[in-house]
Amino acid sequence: MKNLARNQLLLSLAIALVAVASGFWLLSDPRGTLPFLLTLASLLGAFLLPISKWLKVLIGGAILLIVVPAAGFQNSFLFELGVQIGIYAAMALGLNVVVGLAGLLDLGYAAFFAVGAYTWAIFGSKQANEFMPVKIFPLPGEYFYLFMLLAVVAAAITGLIIGLPALRLKGDYLAIVTLGLGEVVRVLANNLDQPINITNGPQGITPIQRPPVDWFIAIFNQFGIQLDKAQAYPLFFYFLVLGIIGIVTLVNIRLDHSRFGRAWIAIREDEIAARAMGIPLLPTKLLAFATGASFSGAMGALFAAKQLYVSPESFTLIQSIIILVMVILGGMGSIPGAILGAATVTILNVDVLKTASEYLEGLRSSGFTINLGFFKYNFANLPTQLEPAKYERMVFGLIMVLMMIYRPEGIIPEKRRVLEMRESE
Amino acid sequence: MRKSILPALLVAFGALAFAQSNVIKIATVSPLSGEQAALGEMIKLGAQLAVEEAQPEFEKLGFRLELAPQDDQANPDVGVAVARRLVTDPDVLAVVGHLNTGVAIPSSEVYKDYQLPMVSPANTGPAVTDRCYLNIDRLVGRDDVQGPAGAEFAVKTLGAKRIFVVHDKTTYGQGVAEQFKIKAEELGAKVVAFVGTEEKSNFQALILQMKASRPDFVYFGGIYNQGAVLLKQMRERGIKATFMGPDGLDSSKFVEIAGDAAKGAYYTTVAGPIDQYPKAKAMAEKFKQRFGKVPESFAIYGYDSANVVIAALKSFIEQAKRKPTRAELSMLIRQTQISGVTGDVAFDYKGDRKTADYFVVHLAEAKYPGEVAKVISFPAPASVCKSIR
Amino acid sequence: MFEVLISLLPSVLLEGLILGFVYAMIALGYTMVYGVLELINFAHSEIFMSGAVAGAETFILLKGTIANPYLLLLVAIIIGGAVAAFVSVSVERLAYRPLRKRGTTNRLVPLITAIGASFFLQDLVRLIEGLWNNAFYRRYPTFDAFERTYNLPVWLGDIVIILSLFTFFFAIVYLIYWVGVRLARAKQKRPTRNTLYALSGLSILFTVLFSLKYREVLTTDMGLSIQMKSLLVIVVSLAMLFGLNWLVNKTKLGVAIRAVAQDAQTASLMGINPDVIISRTFLIGGFLGGVAGVLFGLLYTLVHPYVGFIPGIKAFTAAVLGGIGNITGAAVGGLVLGMLEMLGGTYLTFLTNGAMGTEYKDILAFVILILILLFRPQGILGQQVGEKV
Repeated sequence: MKNLARNQLLLSLAIALVAVASGFWLLSDPRGTLPFLLTLASLLGAFLLPISKWLKVLIGGAILLIVVPAAGFQNSFLFELGVQIGIYAAMALGLNVVVGLAGLLDLGYAAFFAVGAYTWAIFGSKQANEFMPVKIFPLPGEYFYLFMLLAVVAAAITGLIIGLPALRLKGDYLAIVTLGLGEVVRVLANNLDQPINITNGPQGITPIQRPPVDWFIAIFNQFGIQLDKAQAYPLFFYFLVLGIIGIVTLVNIRLDHSRFGRAWIAIREDEIAARAMGIPLLPTKLLAFATGASFSGAMGALFAAKQLYVSPESFTLIQSIIILVMVILGGMGSIPGAILGAATVTILNVDVLKTASEYLEGLRSSGFTINLGFFKYNFANLPTQLEPAKYERMVFGLIMVLMMIYRPEGIIPEKRRVLEMRESE
Repeated sequence: MRKSILPALLVAFGALAFAQSNVIKIATVSPLSGEQAALGEMIKLGAQLAVEEAQPEFEKLGFRLELAPQDDQANPDVGVAVARRLVTDPDVLAVVGHLNTGVAIPSSEVYKDYQLPMVSPANTGPAVTDRCYLNIDRLVGRDDVQGPAGAEFAVKTLGAKRIFVVHDKTTYGQGVAEQFKIKAEELGAKVVAFVGTEEKSNFQALILQMKASRPDFVYFGGIYNQGAVLLKQMRERGIKATFMGPDGLDSSKFVEIAGDAAKGAYYTTVAGPIDQYPKAKAMAEKFKQRFGKVPESFAIYGYDSANVVIAALKSFIEQAKRKPTRAELSMLIRQTQISGVTGDVAFDYKGDRKTADYFVVHLAEAKYPGEVAKVISFPAPASVCKSIR
Repeated sequence: MFEVLISLLPSVLLEGLILGFVYAMIALGYTMVYGVLELINFAHSEIFMSGAVAGAETFILLKGTIANPYLLLLVAIIIGGAVAAFVSVSVERLAYRPLRKRGTTNRLVPLITAIGASFFLQDLVRLIEGLWNNAFYRRYPTFDAFERTYNLPVWLGDIVIILSLFTFFFAIVYLIYWVGVRLARAKQKRPTRNTLYALSGLSILFTVLFSLKYREVLTTDMGLSIQMKSLLVIVVSLAMLFGLNWLVNKTKLGVAIRAVAQDAQTASLMGINPDVIISRTFLIGGFLGGVAGVLFGLLYTLVHPYVGFIPGIKAFTAAVLGGIGNITGAAVGGLVLGMLEMLGGTYLTFLTNGAMGTEYKDILAFVILILILLFRPQGILGQQVGEKV
């Protein structure tokens, strides 16, 4: 027993040390990819290792609330990254309900994201004047929060509309039909500029109102930190997303342990047995679909406000696939897995692959030459097509295939899942 | 109280780590991969040539001038992500790009937040400059001139009466097609159809519609990869209507893909063929020597765009002996005048080129570039801006 | 308006037929793999694409060497098919087989693997093409022999119109009958032979009356023509269809494939190695997909790494429409879908007065898919299969 306690103490010390060291490194080099990754790794380590809950909260809080924002002041890209991770994490959590818990493969998930985004984009810009009888648009930024709720409702309703026909179908067919319906939503967004101009078609909608941040700046002024609007918005969205992730995670955990959560898992494991147990199939599946959709809708509204621009091109199949990859990578059905998956894939996509491309470009333009006597290579001859950032589909496809072959239960597996995926080994 | 000191300390700590470097980066952002890479690559190479030519001079001034080529994949999301990365690099002082108006608009919202100057070698959408941003300038003409210029040529010179308008459902293609349609109708021609399509392979449904509505003229608002295939299939099915498109068709690939069908087609462009510019000959030779390719229209615009930035940078450094801030550079670029290979470059109040040239090019043979059928010098439309932000 | 719709009809159906044969060729691959493994082989669209790209490379490389276009086409078909078959077998070997060996019962796992493989292949081909040719698009060369257009006699168009009218009236009459039966709550729901005769007679009557009344309108003055390459598509896909039917029904391999499809475990007790048979199935399906790719390229000129997605989805829809797992069904589904798509794509604009255009034709395929899956999941020619528990 004593040994165990000592081990835990050592572990706690070690992770705290790593966290502090990486935090300071990040602060001193806020543009570096390595210190950023190390900081996140220590966050993950603190979460996964068997250390006291208080220490976990302390490390997590310090990194998320102090280190990253402080580093973000010099490198606002960190905020961008954080907000994107947050948006994707919430969506991955939503898709996790559908794919992970209820076992319904939804390949059109980006459609709900689109519904949420357009809900705010249309009314938070002049676009709504095109078809509304009263010309009072854009609505002021304060309405954003109301419309975030409306986006949740709109996405959930879309989920019901899409789900009602689609969910009568079995596994494979469901996948391809949701793929089709996801595409239908995009095509509609692209074409509903006539006869009535609702979405402004391919032109997209811009500029979109953002929620006001004056109170937010005022709070920081209280502590003696001066912010201008260009600085305040990334920081504000970062905190907003953190808050939403917190809520979404809580909802997820509650759902997981609720009557519905158990019903979803029962359906996932064996539909016929679940029906025999008295679970109404279609309503239960619909509920999963609508729940998943509503998370995506909320993030869509946030995306519209953050991006200031919405166009149909943001809601293609690859978007849905990327979110699916996050869920698969983290572990289908696993809540921490979905968040980890979202973070990993987003960082890979917007930071690591781009950094690697820039590194190669640097080598190319420097004309660096390797000379090993027998092997001579001038990097200026490196083909320009060789850029990791261009081949995201290849990377994600590979992740999907490899995960399915070697670790179908994901990085942080849901406990029940391990048994199922490996039952016949 | 302790709480308020901690974040402030951290900020100060970070600020100390931030050091001024003597590297100046000019970024190009254009599609380098995917369907429109042929156009985007030209922008990048043009700017690269300009930067490489200026490097020795900057060396003397004590600065290292670098090019940071970026790929926006012609996708607005990627464009915005690239933009957000660029603005956080303090060495990046200016952007030359984008190719697509639909990408340029959301990306430039990001640049605007950081006052990062963007000089556009290709975006023709009116909204690019009509938002009245200080940091956005463009060298090329506008769709609300290019579209109507095409329509005028089509109706008045070519005598088009029944016009079938197709567009590619992008910000750019639909935008220019709409401008074309308005002017053509104003001049008395009948627009028998106005349809958008995302189709890339099989245009038969459209061609059957053409058979039914019997147009004598087809206008395609979009990029060569679709336009060339549409044209080829039209001719295969015996539609003989004259074909015209905007500067998205201005690529050797258009002729390559359409093959013999390209014969007789017209396109309007804001970036004239190289032979239109006496000064461009020397540049074209250098370009060919350096990259082993013949420069196409967007290459010389990329070249001139980079040169505007370089001229502004140089004049600032020579006076102030330091790197300009982005806001200072934005202001300076708007006032800079150079005599570029595409003619004299000067910007008006809102960032449009004071006088832009518009060309109607005729592909008499299936060979790129075609012969210039008409050149229109047109002043930028009057400013809609009350003030510049 | 009505005149236009009628006189276009033969051309629309002909184009739909050609498109349908393209879908049918791709659908064969989906249906074969599904028949054996009950797996939607998402990667089939990329197998098709790799065949198309390989065919383009063959054409480009050998154009100077082989003068006879038909011989060249044969070589391209063989190489395209072989490359696609290789890709197909590799995907099975590297991605699907490990899953089978582990014996997971989860239905999502193979499906997700298939999607992953599909995306991986898209960018793999793009990378290879990028490194090899620095290109995204590959263009199929044009040959006069394939471009030659044959005019079809006018009476053929008239017959098509009459037949379509008959089909149209029959559909309406049948629908009325069907609704009537439902409303009357009759016990006999399926029409008897005599009822069918009566319905047909009624439709013929309507057709004749209608034709007499609108005699002048009911002819096609558009002219009906077909190109050599379209004829080639029809011939090759018919050959593929009959060849495959023969292979599955008449050869030893076919028996083994059917045995494995029925019950792999029992088949293995009969001395059949399921792995070998599955591999062969992928080989054949891949080869057919590759051939389809080459003909697709020949027909529509331009191919690229992302070209497979849309035709792939449509072909899958066709396979489901015809009854997945059924070879003839795949062909029937392809033809029906092709014609519906062409009808929708051409007529939607006219019918909605321009409010909904050709853009909605891709949606049409998905709507059909959903309707079929909801109301007749076994497809046109499929048989109802109970769920395996």
